[in-house]
Amino acid sequence: MDFRHILNSKKLFLSLILGVFFTLTTCKTFAIQHEEHTAEAKNAEQEAFNPTTAILEHIADSHYWHLWGETSLPLPIILFTDKGTEFFSGAGFHHGHEAYQGKYYTYKLIDDKIRVVNAEGEVDKEASSHIYDFSITKNVLAMWIAGTLLFIIFFSVAASYKKRVGKAPKGLQSIIEPVIMFVRDEIARPNIGYRYERYMPVLLTIFFFIWINNLLGLVPIFPGGANVTGNILFTFVFSFIVLLVVNFSANKYYWKHIFMPPVPVWLYPIMIPVELIGVISRPFALMIRLYANISAGHIIVLSLISLIFIFKTLWIAPVSILFVLFMDVLELLVAFLQAFIFTMLTALFIGTAVEEHHH
Amino acid sequence: MEQLFEGLLNDHLGFVVWAAVAFIILLILLAKFAWKPIMSAISDRERSIEDALLKAEAAKEEMARLTNENEQLLKEARAERDLILREAKILKDQIVAEAKNVANIEGNKMIENAKLEINSLKAIAMADVKNQVATLSIEIAEKVLRREFDNKNAQDELVADLLKEVKIK
Repeated sequence: MDFRHILNSKKLFLSLILGVFFTLTTCKTFAIQHEEHTAEAKNAEQEAFNPTTAILEHIADSHYWHLWGETSLPLPIILFTDKGTEFFSGAGFHHGHEAYQGKYYTYKLIDDKIRVVNAEGEVDKEASSHIYDFSITKNVLAMWIAGTLLFIIFFSVAASYKKRVGKAPKGLQSIIEPVIMFVRDEIARPNIGYRYERYMPVLLTIFFFIWINNLLGLVPIFPGGANVTGNILFTFVFSFIVLLVVNFSANKYYWKHIFMPPVPVWLYPIMIPVELIGVISRPFALMIRLYANISAGHIIVLSLISLIFIFKTLWIAPVSILFVLFMDVLELLVAFLQAFIFTMLTALFIGTAVEEHHH
Repeated sequence: MEQLFEGLLNDHLGFVVWAAVAFIILLILLAKFAWKPIMSAISDRERSIEDALLKAEAAKEEMARLTNENEQLLKEARAERDLILREAKILKDQIVAEAKNVANIEGNKMIENAKLEINSLKAIAMADVKNQVATLSIEIAEKVLRREFDNKNAQDELVADLLKEVKIK
């Protein structure tokens, strides 16, 4: 199956957003003229709003979880240094304004990255290269929240299966069951074949974890809003797991196809590297696809919200909200679709690895 | 390039490890406490539904077979009834025909008898008539004879002629 056209649909929406920008240029010029009159009266040291940094800040991982206004949730900092483990609250950094005196070094938050500073407040690169940041960041906490939600949902569903043996599903069970059946009948069985049952736990976990993280990422307030599935490291971990699952379940036909492809022997120097690249490139494509789709959705929504601050007028808000609403509905679909595609392609790769007959 | 990768492991290895740990814990716990019971419950229920459907199908077939049997029985009974009726009809026709035949024969016999009797009576009557005619003829002849006795030859001829003319059947 080919799902590449879904990626192309992003282009459509980008051009739509560009269209919005162009139609509102008149509005902007008006705002600028208006600004010129009032700017002098206003606080001159107020720094200009830069949408790029604001957006990238929002989609990146962080050592804080911004709640509202000036209030942020400080997250625990865990550092593995060459001298020992450091454990302290992120509140110690005061949003990166101050250095924190730890047990072994003095640390400072620079661009949300922890660096060792010396007594003069300068970054000590040599010492910094010995510390490993294992902090519970925003994305780690978001993953835990998603995991907890999954536990609550699926343990209660499993309990209702035990309670209502052989009866028709009810309540939450009847919402979840069609999705599980969908994963089994539309994803696992057609792609893997009769051995699908072995891979169901991995496929279901991947599907629901990605889906719930996608959905939580759409929620703008506290328990949600973290860009977990739009983080390339997260998608890297998942596609690496897919790589391991696929290659460890591969049979001799799969390896034979890679190391003894059905081509003339003199082509082997070309074919074997190509096949080996194929082994890596398939999970790599999974990683990029999920990361790019979810990040793009977040960036578009944040761009639309940024319009209000770029034009510095509240009158743009209804337009922004309308488009954000439209995008959010679309992202609801994308959230499901990306989880589906990731699981689907995983099942497809497993299917090719465990395929018995050879063609 | 060097700057791009500077501190990459220091800053991001932690998240990668956390994500992997989160996934593995999630996979193990969900597989044990959610996916296994849910999948087995679903497949059990599917199997029981399939069983029930198969049983219903079998019951339907059994029902159809019974209905068929009943119909067969009914048909047979009807055929038997028809056979009996047909036989009775044949029997009746036979009896009627026989009776008719007997009656015919009897009638014919009676008619024959009557004819015979009529014929015998007729013969008797004829004999009587013949006797009377003879007597009458004799009387006539006597009278003629007595009168014509004189002309004996002429009278004889006459008698002979008369007798010739009289024809009795």
